[in-house]
Amino acid sequence: MEISKKDVDYVASLARLEFNEKDKESLTQQLGSILNYIEKIKEVDTSKIEPTSHGASGENFWREDKVIKSSQKTIDAIFKNAPDKEADFFKVKKVMDTEEE
Amino acid sequence: MNEIIKMSATTLAEKIKNKELSSVEVTKAFIKRAKETDPKIKAYISITEEYAINQAEESDKKIASGAETGELEGVPIAIKDNILIENIKMTASSKILENYTAPYDATVIEKLKKAGAVFIGKTNLDEFAMGSSTENSAFFTTKNPWNTEHIPGGSSGGSASAVSAMTAPLALGTDTGGSIRQPASCCGIVGLKPTYGRVSRFGAVAFASSLDQIGPMSKTVEDSALLLNVIAGFDKKDSTSINVPVPDYLETIKQDIKGLKIGLPKEYFIDGLDSDVKKSIEKAIEIYKKAGAEFVEISLPHTDYAVAVYYIICCSEASANLARYDGVRYGFRAECDNLLDEYQKSRGQGFGPEVKRRIMLGTYALSAGYYDAYYGKAQKVRTLIKQDFENAFKKVDLILTPSAPTPAFKIGEKSSDPLQMYLSDIFTISCNLAAVPGMSIPCGFSEKGIPIGMQLLARNFDEQTMFKAAYSYQQATEWHKQFPNI
Repeated sequence: MEISKKDVDYVASLARLEFNEKDKESLTQQLGSILNYIEKIKEVDTSKIEPTSHGASGENFWREDKVIKSSQKTIDAIFKNAPDKEADFFKVKKVMDTEEE
Repeated sequence: MNEIIKMSATTLAEKIKNKELSSVEVTKAFIKRAKETDPKIKAYISITEEYAINQAEESDKKIASGAETGELEGVPIAIKDNILIENIKMTASSKILENYTAPYDATVIEKLKKAGAVFIGKTNLDEFAMGSSTENSAFFTTKNPWNTEHIPGGSSGGSASAVSAMTAPLALGTDTGGSIRQPASCCGIVGLKPTYGRVSRFGAVAFASSLDQIGPMSKTVEDSALLLNVIAGFDKKDSTSINVPVPDYLETIKQDIKGLKIGLPKEYFIDGLDSDVKKSIEKAIEIYKKAGAEFVEISLPHTDYAVAVYYIICCSEASANLARYDGVRYGFRAECDNLLDEYQKSRGQGFGPEVKRRIMLGTYALSAGYYDAYYGKAQKVRTLIKQDFENAFKKVDLILTPSAPTPAFKIGEKSSDPLQMYLSDIFTISCNLAAVPGMSIPCGFSEKGIPIGMQLLARNFDEQTMFKAAYSYQQATEWHKQFPNI
C-alpha cells in the first residue's frame, strides 16, 4: 500500500492534527509500512462472516432517559479544568469569520 | 530491608485487621521504600503521600473503634494514571492532560474506597496506554526493577514496576491488547485481564472501548483474586459492563486441578520463540502434568491475523475516543485566533508521536472509501478469531501460552520501529479481541536474570478456573518469593 504525502495531509485535516514537514515525511513512511503489514487480512475469506463490534454479548442495555443532576461540587471541579470559561459555560474562539457574516 | 514491603496484600490485610500492624505503619513503609528506590525505577508519576496517610489514619481509626472494615482495609495500592481519583491529578502520561485534576472517582476507585484501600500513588504508562514499554510516556520511561537497562513492559509498566520493586503491594492496570499481562510478565508479577464486561471502565480514560479492561496486578495469585473480588461487578454507568453474578474468587482458588484440560495452541509455539521462554514454559507444563492436568494440542487458526486486526480496531476506536481532546472543556489549549487552528495546534502539540500515529491510522481506516476494506474487514476477521477460541474451549478448560515471545527487551531497542513494537504483543492481543479473560504469572528467569511469564486464558467469565490453575502452579514454585535487588 502506497501512502502519499497528500494522503497524510488529508487524513491529518480529518483528524484535526497539525504536523511539521519532517513529521509528515516520517509518518508517510511509517503508515505505509504499517498498512503494508495490515493488508494481510485481505487474504481471509470473510464473505459469509458477520462483523464483531465488541466482545460482549451484543445486547444493548437501555436505561431511562432521565437527567441525574450532578452536585455543584462536581460541576465546579469540571470547570476548574476548563482552559477558558464564563459563568457556567466553556468559552471558545469564534466559529464564524466576521467578514463572512 | 523492612519485612512489611515483602508481604502480600492478603497478609497485610490480615495483620492490619488483627492490629498486628497499623495501616499508617504499613503505608509509611511503602512510601519510604518508594522514596528510596523510585528515583531509580521511576514507576510513579505522583506519590500521593498526604492523601495516603490520611486514608491510612481513617482505616486505623475504624479498626480501633471496632467498626465494620473492608476487604482491603488499610492496604496500599498504586493506581495507573489513566484512572480517575477525585481531586487527584490524572495525566494519562500525556502533555494534553498534564494539568488535569479528576472531578470524580472511577467506579473501581469508589469500590476500592469502600473496601478500605489506601491510594499510594499514580503510576506511569505509555501515553493513553498506547505502547508496550512506557517509552511512549510524555514524561519519562520506567525501568525494569530486575535490570534497569530493560523495559518494564507496557502500557501498565509503572504499575508492574511498583509491585515488583515493592513500592506497593497491589496495583491497578488497564489492558487493551496486553497492557496488564505483558508488563506483569516483564517484571515477574501476576497480572490479570478480566473478561470484557467483568469490571466497570467508568472513570478510566477510554482508548479502544471494545477492548479495554481494568484489572489487578499483584505479587501473588491470591492477591489478584482478592482485588478482583473488590473491583468486579455490573455498573450502570458503563453500558458494556455485564450483569453476571460475581463469585468469591478466593473460595475456589485452592481446589485440586486433577483432570483439568489445558490446550497448547500450536500457532504460539513457533520457531521464533526465545529459547529461555520456551524452556520455562516446558518446565511449567511438566509441573502441571505432575498436578494432574492433561495437555491437548489445539489450533487457533487465525492467530496470524490478530496483530493486523488489533491495530485496525484499536486505532479506529482510539481516533474516535481521542476526538474529545480538543482544548475546549479540559486539557491543553494552544491559543490561536480561530477555532480550527486551535483544534489542530492543541492536538498537534498536546499528543505525542505514537498517539498521533494511531489517530492517523485509525482515521485513515475509517475514512470514506477505506472503511469496508479496513475497519469492516477487521471486524469480520475478529469474528473468526473469537470463533477460534469458542471452538478451542469446547475441547479444553484453559489455554496456556507464553505471555510474550521474548523476555523484556532493552530500553531503546524497538522504539524507532513501531511495527516491531506492535509485534511484541503477538501473544496477548487475541484475548482482548475474543473478550476472554487472561492472566500472566511468573514462570522463571532468562539466563540474564530477566523474568519470564506464562499466560493462561479461560472461557468468558471463568476467571475461577484460571485462578485455580495459577494458584496450583504458584504453590509448586518459588518465583513469587523472589525479589529484585535494588
